This record gives sequence, structure tokens and C-alpha cells, in this order.
Amino acid sequence: MDIELRGITKRFGEVVANSGVNLQIKAGEVLGLLGENGAGKSTMMNVLSGLYRPDEGEIVIDGKPVQFDGPGDGIRAGIGMVHQHFMLVPVFTVAENVVLGVEPTGPFDSLDLKTARKQVREINETYGLEVDPDALIENLPVGIQQRVEIIKVLFREADVLIFDEPTAVLTPQEVTDFFKIVRALKDAGKALVFITHKLHEILEIADRINVLRAGQIVGECLPGEKTDIELAEMMVGRPVNLEVEKKPYAPGEVLLDVKDLTILREDDSLAVDDVSFSVRRNEVVGIAGVQGNGQSALVEALAGVHRVAGGTISFEGKDITRTSARARHKMGFAHIPEDRLKNGVVTNFTIAENMVLNSYYDERYSKGVSMDWNAVNEHAAEYAAAFDVRTPSIFETLNHLSGGNQQKMVVAREMSRDTQLMIAAHPTRGLDVGSIEYIHSRLMHARDEGDAVLIVSSELDEVIALSDRILVMFKGRIVAEFGAGGRPVDKNDIGLAMAGATL
Amino acid sequence: MSEQQQAQTEKLAHQLLQRAAPSRTVYEDLIIVPVFAIVAALILGGLVMLATNVSLEAIGKSYVALIYGSVGSLGAWSETLTAATPLVLAGLGVAMGFRAGFFNIGAEGQVLMGGMAAVIAGFSFAGLPIYIHLPLALMAGILVGGFYAGIAGWLRAATGAHEVISTIMLNLISYRLVDYLLKVPFIQKSGRSDPISNAVLDSAQLPRLLDWIDPNLRVHGGLIIMLLAVWFCYWLLFKTTIGFEFRASGENADAARFAGMRSGLIVVLVMALAGALAGLAGANQVLGVLERASPGFSAGIGFNAISVALLGRSHPIGVLIAGLLFGALEAGGRQMQVDAGVSLDLIGIVQSLIIAFIAAPLLVRAVFPWGFRGKAASRKE
Repeated sequence: MDIELRGITKRFGEVVANSGVNLQIKAGEVLGLLGENGAGKSTMMNVLSGLYRPDEGEIVIDGKPVQFDGPGDGIRAGIGMVHQHFMLVPVFTVAENVVLGVEPTGPFDSLDLKTARKQVREINETYGLEVDPDALIENLPVGIQQRVEIIKVLFREADVLIFDEPTAVLTPQEVTDFFKIVRALKDAGKALVFITHKLHEILEIADRINVLRAGQIVGECLPGEKTDIELAEMMVGRPVNLEVEKKPYAPGEVLLDVKDLTILREDDSLAVDDVSFSVRRNEVVGIAGVQGNGQSALVEALAGVHRVAGGTISFEGKDITRTSARARHKMGFAHIPEDRLKNGVVTNFTIAENMVLNSYYDERYSKGVSMDWNAVNEHAAEYAAAFDVRTPSIFETLNHLSGGNQQKMVVAREMSRDTQLMIAAHPTRGLDVGSIEYIHSRLMHARDEGDAVLIVSSELDEVIALSDRILVMFKGRIVAEFGAGGRPVDKNDIGLAMAGATL
Repeated sequence: MSEQQQAQTEKLAHQLLQRAAPSRTVYEDLIIVPVFAIVAALILGGLVMLATNVSLEAIGKSYVALIYGSVGSLGAWSETLTAATPLVLAGLGVAMGFRAGFFNIGAEGQVLMGGMAAVIAGFSFAGLPIYIHLPLALMAGILVGGFYAGIAGWLRAATGAHEVISTIMLNLISYRLVDYLLKVPFIQKSGRSDPISNAVLDSAQLPRLLDWIDPNLRVHGGLIIMLLAVWFCYWLLFKTTIGFEFRASGENADAARFAGMRSGLIVVLVMALAGALAGLAGANQVLGVLERASPGFSAGIGFNAISVALLGRSHPIGVLIAGLLFGALEAGGRQMQVDAGVSLDLIGIVQSLIIAFIAAPLLVRAVFPWGFRGKAASRKE
């Protein structure tokens, strides 16, 4: 099935999200759609799937113009979306989730799960998906959950599959497996759209690349024709620097020292098991690892929001194992939390309020119990401008900002004071090239100013690019060290250590 | 950073300080929806009356009485304000809890406990001058109400017991506790066998404000206390670090904890504050209107306060307006009963309908589509 978008324009009030977009999607081909957050990728895909109706332009399927009046029409026409955030019921099995809404029924409208399971198995075999139809979603790793989403779309007999940022939540190994599935789907004659801002992935998987910027297609090319730098520049519309600039490694004194640290999860299972390491001034230590190997608990314990079961944390030689998050904040701890929406920001607060969420008590912003909102607003505006948070006003609530701008706001807040230790968990997850470049340069700036920086990320490229030393966590333990005194940094070796191989 | 860049950043920072004008959607949500909700509730209330065999003439008469009895004369205003005062006070308490993310169902019990304390302080200490005795009695209501609600806060902070359950439980305890206290010889009015307390001494009564015009005008000094409380809550919520902590915890408790706020302290503090305001509402009733305590003297103020807080969107000014509306309905309702012989229960139905319509803005928009031009605000809750 071939689809063509012709001159699609979509406006929201005065905002033009898409302007005269032409796009061709062909059977047996992967179309890579590259663009920053807010470039209009999602709007375009929502037009294609029938969720939005375009103000101008038309959608042509196999030569015939069509009109969609709702998402149901898109699905009936054979267009399926695999969303970035999975829409699965955790306590249902794979088969139950797949058939949800289009359940096969037996006599008296009873649910026919047997047929459902059989159909899931057939889809499994056709595309090599290897998903157990009877497994509960909540017990499945993220990579498998994504496959369930794909099965859901295939079950509804989609010929066009749209993937919205599909690799954002996957580990490097899962990405490799995912690409295999994409190729199998392509070989089966499906038309695929791959939305992302990750350059190397699009170069690897796409057959054709369209670059979207500010609602318009600004470039079309084949993967071999352009380098990643050229693509990035097309995407952001200015020269970019993908290399992280940093001064030579010259570590100072030990600032953070962790000894025999043991942390339990809420269900009393072991999250961090007897971990020791230290971070020096002017040094970036990266913690690599597949998600769920204890990094989150470690970061939270260091920030003072998770109880420690055993061992000690010292800062500048003082034992701070039991001190509060507030006290650590005052010592100069900065913490960019892993899940910014849940833990980092209050989405219904304004940017100004969020900017002082953890420093409102400071004498810069309040006298006694009385808030000095003029001072807050002035500082917030200053930091928002300096850290490139794009918003019409600091009195906008945060939920009106794109993910990248929310993250920049968090970074601005955490760096807008004299910090000593920077703890950044997945600082660039889900962000576009421009924001990533910016946040990386800010983290490096902190290091060069004398901060100790601890970075946790599941993006191996990011950890390698930023870190002076890399620690690999596996099942709550630090299993390998690379760089400085450890092994030489080698992407392959680090990947193996992350998977639990002994080197 | 170059000088040019610096200048550019400063210019941008200046731009960011501009406030956008409130959108039409905000205006519609805050003004048009409530107005239409009231109209719709009155129409539906009329239909309910029709269904219960009330004649059209009587329905017309009763709505005239509703308006006349609530705002039609100085006496009507006095009654409206008298009825609104405790509703606003207790409503503020519930609203503060909502803001911090706590569903305080216990205002009724807090009103009772605060009222009892104020009565006891009010009939004891004979011979004190009013400027000592009255504040003392008010303070007794505030402290006991605050302490009583603080129990629920403490239970939540220390054991994780959900405040909905613990405040309902505390309500039940307070009913029986009041029944018991009213039979205690020291409290029970001497010579009476029914449960009724001693009368509050003159020196502890909230002075009437307009008795120099007409001794029947009941509006009393509690009105001034209520207005001060509205101002205080507004100041606390929006101008202080404590209010900032309340609001942050209410909107996102996890983010508040990550930002170093002490959730346990906030729970106890906000519940104590809610109880203090409800206790003040109770004190206001016994010192300003009833002059004594009898079983069930709270008369549902604590439960209506929940509606008032919801209707007022948990904003102090909104609570004030919602409380005045409820006060007007109560005062007008009595007039309705007198003039048109319509049951007071009907006013309860109209009140409930108003809340139902305001709680469902999309329904109001659907019923009156011509009243709205802005896009319905999407609610993420």
C-alpha cells in the first residue's frame, strides 16, 4: 500500500504545526522521518492516522484521495501507530492486550481467547517476534512490550506501520533485535515510517530520509548521500557540533566517596549490592548499565531521597549517609532526576515556580516565610533565557512546554547556583539534537569549573562521549571499570559487561 | 559570553517576564460556566417542583422568595452573610487540604469539636472583659479544631493511614463525644435533663454589627474574622514558602519530596490548619449565632464546606464567592418555605444540582453551546 500526503497544512489557532507537507510512503520501504521536538512530526502522523483533520491538502492511498474522520478510519484504512508510550494493560496477558477492542467472540458473545492466542502465534511466526501470548505484560521487559504493540497493530491488519521514537526506551541489544523485526516487516511488504531524532539509527535503518523542521520538509535524501553531521544541521537549521568539547582530564581531590553501599527496593529485594566508588573534582564518572540494574536506586540514595540499608556515603570527607535531601542540596548537590515528569517538575506550576522548586527557601527568593516573587520571576526569566528554555513567558505552566524544554528547565534550575556535585540521570533521554548538544556542553562546563559529575545513562554513546571513567552496573554491582585506571574504553567490551559477561 | 550575546539574553529575559492576558477559555471557565450552572440548576429545580405537584404559580412565587430572602432587603443580606460565614471558614479549611493533596472529610467533626471548646471557654471565666474573653473562646475553638484534625494528619504521616478513613472515623467519634459532653454536669445547663450546654457569657459573644439599625439583624463580628481568614489563606498559599510547599505537595508529592520538602511535616501542618479553620467556623456558630451547644449544632456545615471548597476551586476568593452563594441559598430557602410553602429540602436539591453542573463543565457547555467560543480546557487529572 502506498500513501501520499499532498500539501498538508495543519494549524492550531495561530500556530502552524504543518505547512504544505508532501510525503510519500511506499510498500516495502522504511521512510525515516527526522526532526527536532516540536518540528511537527507528531502532528503529521496524527493527521495520517486520522486523529487530526488537516486544514489543507489531501491524503492519497493507492492513487485514491481519502478523508479520515477519526482514528478508527485510519485503522480501517490499514494505518497503525506504535506509540512511544505503550498503551498496554499491565495485568492482562499479551493475547488479551492484543485483542483488546477487537476481541474474537464465540457463542453468546463470549471471549474466544483460544483463537486470539492462535492468531498471536501466527503473527509471531510470520515476523519472528518470539512473544509468549500467555505472559503478563507487567512481567515483560520494555523491548518485548514494544513487540506486543507491534503485534497489536499487525493484528488489526495494518499495511502501514508508524513508529514514534521506537528506540527511546530500548537498550542497545534490544535496538539490534528491533531492527531485525523492522527488516522482517519490510520484507513482508509493509510500508514503514520511522520517526526519530537519532541520526545513526536513521542512517542504519531508513531507505529514504525526510527531514522536518518548523512544520516543513526541509530536505529529502538517501542514507548514503549525507553524513550524520549534515543531517543534524538540516534538522536544527544551523551548524552543530556532535563532538563533546572538553578540557584534558585533570582530576582534583575526591569529593564523593561511596563505600560498601547497599540499598533495598520497596519490596526488600536488593537494588544495590555492596557498591564502592568515588568521584573527584573536575571528573565525569559515567555509570553504564541496562535499565533496572540498580542505577535508579543508587542515584536516589545519593540525592538523599532513598533509604540506605548499609554502607556509607561521604562528601568532602564528611559522612552524609543519613542527611536529608535538603541538607545535601545546600551542600551543593544538584540532581537531574531520571523521570523528570514524576520527580523533577510540577507540571501545573509555572516555569517561574518550577525554577525555584528546590531553592524557594533560599534568602535570594524569600525573607522568612514570605516569598519574594519579583526576585523569583527575575531570576527565572534570566535562567530561562540563558539556558535556552523556549517559552513565550515564564508564567506559562510547564505542561505547555515540549519535553526538551522541560528538561532544559530542570538543567537550568540545577545549574543556576554554585554546585559541587552534579548527579544527572538520563539527562538527554527523549531530547532532540539541539537540546542534547546544549545539555552536554553545560555538563562539561560544570566539570571544567571544578564540579564532580556523575552521569547515569543507558545510551552507551552518551556515556562514552562524556565520561572520564565508566563504571558498569549489573544486577546491583559494579562489574567493570573503563578509562583512567581501568580497562581501555571499548564500546564492544562495555556492551558485553552491561549484558553481564565477565571480561 | 560576548557582550552582544549578553545583551540579547537580557532582552530575552525581559520578554519572558511579560504576562499573557487571560484567555477566553479561562474567563468562560471561571465566570460563564458557574452562571449557566446556576441557571440550569434553577430550571431543573423548577421541573422537580412541577413533578411533585407544585403549581406553576407557586414555583414562580418560590423563586421570587428565594431572591427576596437572600438579597432583597437588609435583613436578607444579614441572613445571607450570617449563613455564609461558617461555610466560608470551614470551606477554606477543606480547600487548604485540597491544595496540599489531602481529602479532608472531617470538617464536620472539627466544627463540632471547635464549637464545643469555644462554648466551654465561653461560659467559663466569668468576669473577664470582652477583649480577653472573646479572643480566648475563639482561640479555644481554633486550637481544639486544629488538634483534632492534626490527629488525622499525624496518623497519615506516621502510619500512612488514609486521611479519608481517619477523618470519617474522627467525625463519628466527635458526634458521640459531643453527646457525652453535653451531659457532663459542668457543661450541661443546670436544671435541664436534655443535652444542652450552658449559655455563652455576653463577654464571649461575637458582637452584632448592625443591631444599631435593627436588633433583629443577626450578622455579627464573625464576618470580619471570616474576611480576615480569606485574606490570610490567600497570603499563606500564594505569598509564603509554606504555601509553596503545600501547593507543590498537592500537585506532585514525588517532586516535592525530591525537592527536599518534608512531606510528613506538611501533612500535619495542613491538616492542623484545616482543623483550625473548621474549629473557628464552629466557634463562630456558637459565639455568634447559637449562644449554646446542642447535639448536631454543626448542622452539616462541615459537609457543605466540602462543596464550597470544590465549587470555589480551592481558591480562597473562590471559596468566599461559593460560600456566599450557599449562604444566599440557605437564607433564601427559608423565605421560600415561608412564602410559597415549598419544602426546604428542595433548596438542598437545587444546591446539589448547581454543584453537579459546575463539576461537569463539559455538560454545561453541551447544554448551552451558544454561550461558549473558547475551546474546552482539557483536564489532566
